[in-house]
Amino acid sequence: MARYDSLLDACGGTPLVGLPRLSPAVPDGAPPVRLWAKLEDRNPTGSIKDRAALFMVRAAEEAGRLRPGDTILEPTSGNTGISLAMVAKLRGYRLVCVMPENVSTERVQLLRMYGAEIIFSPAAGGSNQAVATAKQIAAEHPDWVMLYQYGNEANARAHYETTGPELLHDLPTITHFVAGLGTTGTLMGTGRYLREKVEGIQVVAAEPRYGELVYGLRNIDEGYVPELYDATVLSRRFSVGTRDAVLRTRQLVEVEGIFAGFSTGAILHAALAVAHEAVRDGRRADVAFVVADGGWKYLSTGAYGGTLADAEDALDGQLWA
Amino acid sequence: MAIEVRIPTILRSYTGGAKVVEGTGDTLGDLLADLDSRHAGLRGRLVTEAGALHRFVNVYVNDEDVRFLGALDAKLSDGDSVTILPAVAGGAFGFAAAAAIAQHGAATAIASHAGRRAAGVAR
Repeated sequence: MARYDSLLDACGGTPLVGLPRLSPAVPDGAPPVRLWAKLEDRNPTGSIKDRAALFMVRAAEEAGRLRPGDTILEPTSGNTGISLAMVAKLRGYRLVCVMPENVSTERVQLLRMYGAEIIFSPAAGGSNQAVATAKQIAAEHPDWVMLYQYGNEANARAHYETTGPELLHDLPTITHFVAGLGTTGTLMGTGRYLREKVEGIQVVAAEPRYGELVYGLRNIDEGYVPELYDATVLSRRFSVGTRDAVLRTRQLVEVEGIFAGFSTGAILHAALAVAHEAVRDGRRADVAFVVADGGWKYLSTGAYGGTLADAEDALDGQLWA
Repeated sequence: MAIEVRIPTILRSYTGGAKVVEGTGDTLGDLLADLDSRHAGLRGRLVTEAGALHRFVNVYVNDEDVRFLGALDAKLSDGDSVTILPAVAGGAFGFAAAAAIAQHGAATAIASHAGRRAAGVAR
C-alpha cells in the first residue's frame, strides 16, 4: 500500500529486510541462518514509538478519558514524546512533556517543532528532581491525562495487533524475535502474538546496560520493573553494554547500509548471539530484530566516529536507548 | 581461576568499595554464599527471606539474565563473568516517570490497574 488518508494511517506496515552480509555463514549443507531487520524508523516520526503512542491515545479516547482540547502530560525525553506530540497535534490535544534540562538539543527542537510544550526539571537534581517536578505538575493539574507508557496495556496491544502480525505475514518461517527492553511493550505484545502462532518461537530481549551514573539509586528498594513486564513471555534476556551497542550500530551501517540509533546496536548484538548459536548447533534460524529508530537524533553524541573507547566515553552517563 | 563479580555502586559498601570481587561456586546460589563469607550482608541484599532473587535485582552471567537460566540454580563455570545491577526500567528517567505516576496515579486517570500496581511498586 502506498496511499493513506492521513499520516496516522501510515503508522506501521514497515519493511522487513534481509541482512545477507551480516548473517553468519553456515557450513556447506547446513541449514540457513538468516537475520532480518524490521525498519521501525520508517514510521511517521521515525521510531517504533509511533505505534504505542497512537494506540494509547485511541484507547484513552475510546474510554472517554481524552476529549478534544484536553492536555496530555508525559514525562519523557525520548521517542515516545516525539510520537505523542505528532499524534496529539493531529488529534487535537495539547502535549506537555517533562524532561531534564540536559537532554540533547535535537530532542528539544523536535518536540517543539511538533508542537509539544516542555517543562524542564533541573539537570543537577537528576532523576529525583524529575520525579519531584512531574509529581508537582500532576498535582497542580488533576485534569491533565498521563498515558503512562510503562503501565498502559494499549502500548503492548499496539504490538500484539500490528508488529506481531506484520512479522508473521512477512516471515512465516520466523524462529527468533529480538527487540529492546524499555517499557517492555514491544516484547510483550509482539512476543505474546508470536507465541500463540509460532511453535517454539524464541522471544529475546536486549536490555541496554548504561554507565554507572544511570543506576544511581539510593537503595535496591528504589528499583523499578514496568507494570507491563511479564517474564514468562521472554525466552532469554541479554544485557548489552555501551561498547557492544556502538560497535554493532556502526557495523549495521558499514556492512548493510542501515543507519540506526544505538538501541538498535544493542538489539543486533543479541540477535547475532542467537544466530551464531544456531550455526553452532546446526539449526535453521530466521532471526527478526527491531530497528527501533534511525541514527539522526544521536549524531551530536559524536559516537558514530572515532575510536570505540571515545564513543563509550561520549555515551557514558547518557540514556542512549 | 575464579568467577568475576561486578558490584553496582549501591552495594559497594559491602565490598569495601570494590567494583569487582572474585568468588567460586557451581551455581549462582553457591557463589552468593561464598561471597557472603567475605562480604557479610551482601547476599541478604540480593536474595529474599523466601530464597528467591530480590525483585529489583538483576543478575547476569556472561551478559545473560539468570532468571532465564535457572535463577539461583544457574550453573557457573570458572572464568564466567557475573554482573549485578539494580532494576531500572528505561533508565533513570523511566524510573522517574514511574515514581511520579505512583505518587499521583489514580487521580490522573491512568488505567486504574496500572496505577494501583505502580503505587504498589513505589511503596
